[in-house]
Amino acid sequence: MDAVLFLIFAALAVICAINLVLQTHPISSALSLIGVMGSLAVLYLLLGGEFIAAAQLIVYAGAIMVLFIFVIMLLNAGSEHKVRKGPWVRFFGVPLLVAFLGLLGYAVQTVLPSGEGVRFGGFVQGKALDVGRLLFTTYLLPFEVTSVLILIAILGAIVLARKEID
Amino acid sequence: MPLLPQSVPLSWYLALSAILFSLGVAGFLYRRNVITVFMSIELMLNAVNLSFVTFSYKLKQVDGHIFSFFVMVVAAAEAAVGLAIILTVFKNRQTLEIDEISSLKN
Repeated sequence: MDAVLFLIFAALAVICAINLVLQTHPISSALSLIGVMGSLAVLYLLLGGEFIAAAQLIVYAGAIMVLFIFVIMLLNAGSEHKVRKGPWVRFFGVPLLVAFLGLLGYAVQTVLPSGEGVRFGGFVQGKALDVGRLLFTTYLLPFEVTSVLILIAILGAIVLARKEID
Repeated sequence: MPLLPQSVPLSWYLALSAILFSLGVAGFLYRRNVITVFMSIELMLNAVNLSFVTFSYKLKQVDGHIFSFFVMVVAAAEAAVGLAIILTVFKNRQTLEIDEISSLKN
């Protein structure tokens, strides 16, 4: 059952990622990216990361992608113009990419010792309670520094978006 | 031997992460729309998050979840600033093609 769920959502993620790269219109790419993020959230749940799966859906698929789609709509971005690519790219690009991906998967498969596998419920410390406890004890300083980072990012975004640069 | 293993091997998750990262790199190099290039970077960040969570499962520690949480926060800040830069560039140049935004080249 675990393997079936993994294969379904891994295939969904890979198909959506390929679609992201192949689509010429940014809106189609953004919708594919939401598909990738949703299936990754399911995979996080299978790995026992309840909090991180919820954060993935809320922060990534919710907030960040809404920002992206908002900007695409605001700029009225159209499709890319077709550019003739060289023969090297046209005939060898996709086969080389597929070969590289296959090699990569095989390398990871062989290098890693296949000990006990992942089964649902094998790791239950990923709840908001445990993540929050660690976040507010061991990682308190990085957490507070992050709030300063976000403040700077908000100010930077406002300054960049309103001033005209000549 | 059954067709599918009872539990998913850890390497499958890492292979998926590597494949998603490579597809992100491919999109980064191949696409010419600034927004799509930016989305490819988000795809790469997601792939890295997956391997963080996978190793968190392997080591039975929550630290990996904290790291991927920080990656998400930084990605949110990066998206806000990056999209503001894209807005400014579009306001000044009326284009989103990265090949035409080349004033730093000379």
